[in-house]
Amino acid sequence: MQIRRKSFLALGGLAASMTVLAACGDDSSSGGTTGGDASDGGGAATGGDSSGRLVIWADEEKAPALEPPATAWGEENGIEVVVEVVPADELQNNFITANQAGNGPDVTMGAHDWIGNLVQNGSIAPVQLPSDVGDTIAPIGIEAVTYDGQTYGVPYAVETLALYANHDLTDAPAPSTFEELISAAEAGGAENILSLPIGEEGDPYHMQPIYTSAGGYLFGKDSEGSLDPSDLGVGEEGSLAAADKIAELGEQGVLKNSINGDNSISLFTEGKSAYLISGPWALADVRDAGFEFTISPIPGFEGMEDAAPFAGVNSFYVASNAANAGFAQQFMTDVASSPDVAKAMYEANPLPPVNLELREEIATSDEHVVIFAEAAEAADPMPAIPAMAAIWGPLGIAQANIVGGADPHSTMEGAGEEIATAIG
Amino acid sequence: MTSTHAPAHRTRSTSVPAVVTRVLVLGITLALTVFIAPVLISQQSWMWLTVLLLAAAGIFVLYSTKRFVPGKYLFPGSFFLAVFLILPIALTVGYSFTNYGDGTRGTKEQAVGSIIASSVQQSPDAPRYAMTVATSGTAAEGPYELFLVDPDAGTVLSGDAENALEEVPAGDVTVVDGRVTEVDGMTVLNAGEVNAIYNELMELAVPVDESTAVRPLGVNQAFVGTTVLQYDEDADTITDTATGEVYTVSVIGDEEYFVDSEGQRAFSQSWLQSVGISNYERLFTNPTVANQFVSAFVWTLVFAAGSVLLTFALGFALALILNDQRLKGRRVYRSILIMPYAIPGFISLLVWSNFYNQEFGLINQTLGLNLNWFGDPTLAQVAVLLTNLWMGFPYMFIVSTGALQAIPDELTEAARMDGASRFQSTSKIVLPLLLVAVAPLLVSSFAFNFNNFNAIELLTGGGPFPDGSGRGSTDILISMVYRIAFGGSGADFGFASAVSVCLFILTGVLAAIQFRFTNVLEDVN
Repeated sequence: MQIRRKSFLALGGLAASMTVLAACGDDSSSGGTTGGDASDGGGAATGGDSSGRLVIWADEEKAPALEPPATAWGEENGIEVVVEVVPADELQNNFITANQAGNGPDVTMGAHDWIGNLVQNGSIAPVQLPSDVGDTIAPIGIEAVTYDGQTYGVPYAVETLALYANHDLTDAPAPSTFEELISAAEAGGAENILSLPIGEEGDPYHMQPIYTSAGGYLFGKDSEGSLDPSDLGVGEEGSLAAADKIAELGEQGVLKNSINGDNSISLFTEGKSAYLISGPWALADVRDAGFEFTISPIPGFEGMEDAAPFAGVNSFYVASNAANAGFAQQFMTDVASSPDVAKAMYEANPLPPVNLELREEIATSDEHVVIFAEAAEAADPMPAIPAMAAIWGPLGIAQANIVGGADPHSTMEGAGEEIATAIG
Repeated sequence: MTSTHAPAHRTRSTSVPAVVTRVLVLGITLALTVFIAPVLISQQSWMWLTVLLLAAAGIFVLYSTKRFVPGKYLFPGSFFLAVFLILPIALTVGYSFTNYGDGTRGTKEQAVGSIIASSVQQSPDAPRYAMTVATSGTAAEGPYELFLVDPDAGTVLSGDAENALEEVPAGDVTVVDGRVTEVDGMTVLNAGEVNAIYNELMELAVPVDESTAVRPLGVNQAFVGTTVLQYDEDADTITDTATGEVYTVSVIGDEEYFVDSEGQRAFSQSWLQSVGISNYERLFTNPTVANQFVSAFVWTLVFAAGSVLLTFALGFALALILNDQRLKGRRVYRSILIMPYAIPGFISLLVWSNFYNQEFGLINQTLGLNLNWFGDPTLAQVAVLLTNLWMGFPYMFIVSTGALQAIPDELTEAARMDGASRFQSTSKIVLPLLLVAVAPLLVSSFAFNFNNFNAIELLTGGGPFPDGSGRGSTDILISMVYRIAFGGSGADFGFASAVSVCLFILTGVLAAIQFRFTNVLEDVN
């Protein structure tokens, strides 16, 4: 008996493993089969590849907001829409892999700076925006989804950094220069002048306003206005001036390695910091903190450039291997030309919209969100070129080390060399 | 089972349930094979198809008859070993000879297709038509014709891939709300049907002139677009029809790209290729990478050995103290000491990482210190070891307590009678006996810490980075590999695979040494 029981168990295990093997790659085909059945049931013979369901991927925050308007759109257009939640930090990689394997979604949501990587991996298809799109969508949104002269997505929300000021700790709620910010906070007796996350690994995203105001840039632009990865600004003159400024602020204790992504917002909401540089995601926490505050654009240094933080634009993309490319493109056109989807999403998750009509509507009811939306117009879209991936690590570490007391010039130049090697 | 079940007995006892089970299992295997095989064929995954067919054949040969008894035992284990262990290793080794990574995931055809598809430009002044697709054949097969309504002029145009756009006589079609709804003698496709044939439709662009064509956009609109780039398969070049520039294939670094006349990379798309041993070359000949690898290896050994020794020393000491019969409330102490073990490692690591904050951290604030824990390389290493000590000592404590209780008290008593001091009886009698039981666990603890990615990544993130971003002062090999593969400029799976293969060999050698070490300790008995 024993041997039979054993072999039976083994076979059971084998069967299970077969199922796993099958699951490795049968999604698209089995999806195709069900699709065929569904449309046959509808009385019309369709081609084999359509799965009959428009699948949209979104992260855990945006998916619940997207679901109702997307479903409503599907009902209007005669296709079932399914919104699937994929964790934000895995979304891009999973999308590239799944799309290549042929079992990805038709549409995905994501930040605009993914475009470079998605294009080099051939994961997304171009989107043709209506010629009058400029009337419906803010310029920063269109600029962000344009890559190498082609538009790849339909933007719906924009995020950028702004300055939060605690009225209890400063008399200058909207300082016009960085120097004014420092002296006002010192006069107010705040424990910390500015809450800006740095940590030991640095945070070039939050440091960008300071870096640009002191003259630093990341990539130059070529004659056609596209970013040029061979013109690297890290290690050049402007970045060295910025390094000096960062070192100076580090010495003064305005920038601190001990403030990082974990504690920057809480230091401000606990009243331990006069100012905070953060984005709209901090808004809910700051409102709950219970003190009066002002949000204003981040000031630059006196007599230097304006501070230009990054703008990140959330967009929809069509997968290059979409099973329902027709409906996917239709969805894009409709989201681009009508505020309905953006509006429903705003109501569920108030991110600063790029839709101009929606902006006007909320101008009086939600001033903070509008401040962020307008601050984004002065911001630079985060570079979408793949070379940007090589920037974050070395530049962040260089900035963190400079704040910690490392020699500004040689550290910044070292980072420049490292980035240049990585870009190749 | 006992020896009464000799093979001779078993082979003769063919019971009904046994036959039914066998038929069922073999039937399921066959059904699964028949179900999965076409899927794998359609995906062209020949490797998995081979695995599937071999496995199915193996099951049938081995289990359908009463012969091959050893094979019946060997097959399941060997199968899982092959599929889940040897195959991944083989794949990793295979990838280590390619340039697989971001920008080089697909084939050359896919890259060219993506470049061409991305070059379609919407003609700025052309209208966007309301589109209807009609066919004189069937909805699934075609041939298809596009009927377009110009939104401004209201005129109806039609055309297909061969015939350029021409105006349609008003009587032939019915237009409702600016859209053609019926065509004489043809079937109009609904949205779902258009969607189903969308890829075909895209190729059926209605020509306006040589490079400009009307293309569908979604299921009910069409736009006028120009395909700026064209691929010449014979010459293997891409031509820009607007400027006349010709892009040729050229090698930049390890990868082939389409480059312009000056040799500059024109498009970011590249494709998967074999690069020979160049990944290994980069690992061993690039002085920075090689140095980082060596220093990471040294720190990995220090970290793993240090963690094991410290946790064992503390765990053993506590176990000894709490093993003393005179101590009251030992259960309570023991339960408290095991607490760190009960907290999920992810959480305690993140909490600890905040404790070390120079200005706001619990440690500096409580002790009145101003130590730059995570900014100073040596202090960061101390912090990692301290935290890992806290994380790991309860395990050693439990293990030691258990082993101590298995050592008879008579042995230490006898030693005491013979005049041994308390320290001598512990170090000469208890410890060697304890090590017999615990040594294999120490070895496995070493192996675990050797690849303890979480302890580093969640605590310090590898930092600080005094010399730039390559390797942080607290990076062990595995976290460095992760940084190389997924940090820097996008995912570089090829190079990471090469590093992993080296790591695999290294761990293999270490494991062999450890096994010898374990055998030596077991010889005490």
